[in-house]
Amino acid sequence: MTTTPVLEAVDETLETQGKPPLNVIYEWLTTVDHKKIGLMYICYALLFLVIGGFEAVLMRIQLAIPNNHFVSPQVFNQLFTMHGTTMVFFMGMPILFGMGNYLVPLMIGARDMAFPRLNAFSFWVSAFAGFLLYFSYIGGSGLYAAGSAPDVGWFAYAPLTSKVFSPGHSTDYWTLAVFLSGIGSIGTALNIVTTILCMRCKGMKMSRMPLLPWLYLVMSGLVFVAVSPLTAAQIMLTFDRYLGAHFFDTQAGGSAILWMHFFWIFGHPEVYVLVLPAFAFANEIIPVFSRKAMFGYPAMVAASVAIGFISLSVWAHHMFTAGLGPAGNTFFVFATMVISVPTGIKIFNWLATIWGGKIIFAVPMMFMVGFLFQFLIAGLTGIMLAAAPFNWQLSASYFVVAHFHYVLVGAIVFSLFGAFYYWYPKVTGKMMDETLGKWHFWLFLIGFHLTFDFMHIPGILGMPRRIYTYEDGRGWNTLNLIVGIGAIFQSVGTLILVYNMIRSYYKGKEAGHDPWDAWTLEWSVPSPPPSYNFAIEPTVNSRRPLWDLKHPEDPDTDYE
Amino acid sequence: MSLSTRRSPADISRTNSRSARIWRSAVMSLIAGTASAQSPTNIFDPAGTPAHTAFGLSILVLSVTLVIFLIVAGLLLYALIRFRHRPTDSNREPAQIYGSNQIELSWTVIPILIVVTLFLTTTRVILVTEAIPKPPSAMDVTAIGHQFWWEYNYPKLGVVTANELHVPISDPSSPTPTYLTMSSADVSHSFWVPRLAGKMDLIPNRVNTMWIDPQATGLYLGQCAQYCGTQHAKMLLRVYAQTPQDFATWIEQQKKPAVQDFPGNAAAAEGQTVFMKNACINCHAIKGTVATGRFGPDLTHLASRDTIASGPIQNTPENLRKWVNDPNTLKPGSLMPAMHLNDHDLDVITAYLTQLH
Repeated sequence: MTTTPVLEAVDETLETQGKPPLNVIYEWLTTVDHKKIGLMYICYALLFLVIGGFEAVLMRIQLAIPNNHFVSPQVFNQLFTMHGTTMVFFMGMPILFGMGNYLVPLMIGARDMAFPRLNAFSFWVSAFAGFLLYFSYIGGSGLYAAGSAPDVGWFAYAPLTSKVFSPGHSTDYWTLAVFLSGIGSIGTALNIVTTILCMRCKGMKMSRMPLLPWLYLVMSGLVFVAVSPLTAAQIMLTFDRYLGAHFFDTQAGGSAILWMHFFWIFGHPEVYVLVLPAFAFANEIIPVFSRKAMFGYPAMVAASVAIGFISLSVWAHHMFTAGLGPAGNTFFVFATMVISVPTGIKIFNWLATIWGGKIIFAVPMMFMVGFLFQFLIAGLTGIMLAAAPFNWQLSASYFVVAHFHYVLVGAIVFSLFGAFYYWYPKVTGKMMDETLGKWHFWLFLIGFHLTFDFMHIPGILGMPRRIYTYEDGRGWNTLNLIVGIGAIFQSVGTLILVYNMIRSYYKGKEAGHDPWDAWTLEWSVPSPPPSYNFAIEPTVNSRRPLWDLKHPEDPDTDYE
Repeated sequence: MSLSTRRSPADISRTNSRSARIWRSAVMSLIAGTASAQSPTNIFDPAGTPAHTAFGLSILVLSVTLVIFLIVAGLLLYALIRFRHRPTDSNREPAQIYGSNQIELSWTVIPILIVVTLFLTTTRVILVTEAIPKPPSAMDVTAIGHQFWWEYNYPKLGVVTANELHVPISDPSSPTPTYLTMSSADVSHSFWVPRLAGKMDLIPNRVNTMWIDPQATGLYLGQCAQYCGTQHAKMLLRVYAQTPQDFATWIEQQKKPAVQDFPGNAAAAEGQTVFMKNACINCHAIKGTVATGRFGPDLTHLASRDTIASGPIQNTPENLRKWVNDPNTLKPGSLMPAMHLNDHDLDVITAYLTQLH
């Protein structure tokens, strides 16, 4: 049988080295190369990560002490609206699409995505959407005169978004930005699905595909189903605001509940759109640093697909307090609790992968350990929130804020940071600095736990989310101060990451093809990979082609 | 490997039954620690039936999740330490294990059993809160959310008030729960008094219901829990639970029309004239006068309330004067405009309002 060719020869004339700077910029602006688009997605998302993080820090300063006057209520309401919208639509989605764009073709042995031009289009539309949202600070003559960002909250409940309660244009900036981001997301999702289904290299049956493309397949399928209603709802809202429609206009018989359904049929699958890629990174990194094959590959695929389907039937657990009645509530309690079963299977399989391995605690694996513990806790607080009567107390409180940040930061961002350290050598050809990486990990870990562990308690003590200030004497003061201190640690950690990424690009150790002794196809090509990825289309015989190559005496082929 | 893993799910069920009581007390002490934070809005310090049943369910869910956490996190921690790479290790790769259907099956079935148990318990609590018939002795109150205050109507008693809800305490032997019929005049709000019950949204163009039955007299605090605009943060809730006698007295007082004669108090009398001649009457109602506006709170018995502006400000003559002068200095974003009254008018209006007992 043929083995995977490991490529050495790269035609340097095809690369950008030695070109004048203007040509380089032109090349990036017009590129349809999936790797360059992926990197642009990631850089763009990192910019918004810093902006969204800065907004979070301002909010924590305001809430550090009771009756604070650091920012006005108007500004605070804009801050949490912008923070949420930015982090979900302009940090989370783009950064995960960027990683997918970069990695999926390399891992399935393809030379590019199925539709390279659609890929560039999707990126530029999404990028434009982010800048459009922030242009509202200049152009959004809104509720508070010129220069007003949206202040309707990231889920923009009707009828607060109607012309009556939100005059001016700030809400329009929000609507159009989310609409355009939706177009970009659907385009990229279409591209990823087609690429995975049609562009796999010779021998890569679906059952031999690495888990990362599998999870991106499920994630992209979810984007179709989840983002479409949200995008449609933005058009309906714009019709309400400008063409006299009454979908959500309660003063003319419209329905506020209808918006909730539209938003959360997007909003909950969206959580899985974001977390499935985080699982994807874990599925690649944990086996390599445990030096073992993934335990229960078929179960992991089945669990991922199950999560994809079940996640479409849980949305109304965000509406337990909207008065759906006992029948509706009971159904959504069940669906929500059931999703913990496939999620649990994933955790158990990761545990079994580690079991009996030789675990190497390099920085990517350290972030994965954080991911595992934090995702476990996030899942368990999720079960608490699924119990509707407990939810009636906890919903819209700081407990919920703590819970979903445990998912978004504790699980997704930790996994993403691990992925940065893991694939950075492939992208740049340089290793990231290990010492700075450890500083980043520990500072971020401490900050994360100070902020989000302590954030659960004010929720239990009756503190609702989205309040710009609070009275003394509610028992919330010390807790909010600790939460604020944690934000400082997280900020410093993130800045160290950015510094490390820039510094290592110039001063990092040479990485070579395969610095982690890994097993999937992207490690068979040079670092950084040439624009055409593979000189010869590879042929695979198992899920771990490089394992077969490195262990010809004991290939995976015999066991799958 | 497969042996030890097969044993672990059994561990879950055994630990569950044997040590349930220990975990229960551990969780209780954890919660007691939280309660000692002395918060008047602690969900783990219930004072009414709906909050009690939710609390009971919380304890069960917390115990189950704590046990799961300890087992899974314990195994994870053990694996990370036990199977770490040691410098003395050989360079050989560890044994490659690809999976086991029996193990997969066991960690699928056991979670399903836990989920079904939790689901059935949760359903029972949903039904006892949402689906029990309303007793004939119940009292009805209509609650309407406004940006950024609460309107309370006692339709059977002919009383309208704002921001401070008075209800009788409910003795479990002869319950007199208060049923709230809820809607909104503008955007969505949410009624959340943590010690009495979980929250329920007030949604425009829709009617929701909930009930509360405080069992001890006192003041129960809470606040709006659904983002409703600029001053969402200062849309506080105050529920006064009173003995039946005190409540009856309060109702009798609230039924009366507003005071209109102010013998020996010329300022208050003049204030009444100024009030009735200004735009105040477009938004505020004072029973028995020409002021019949419904956009702002009913002021008929304003002086009988402890606070103004939906809770955050004490009802003192100084604060009242400041508020009438420019509400935005006390509650920026409040929908009441500054009326640009001169000092004299401010003084007499304040004198009038403080007489509305």
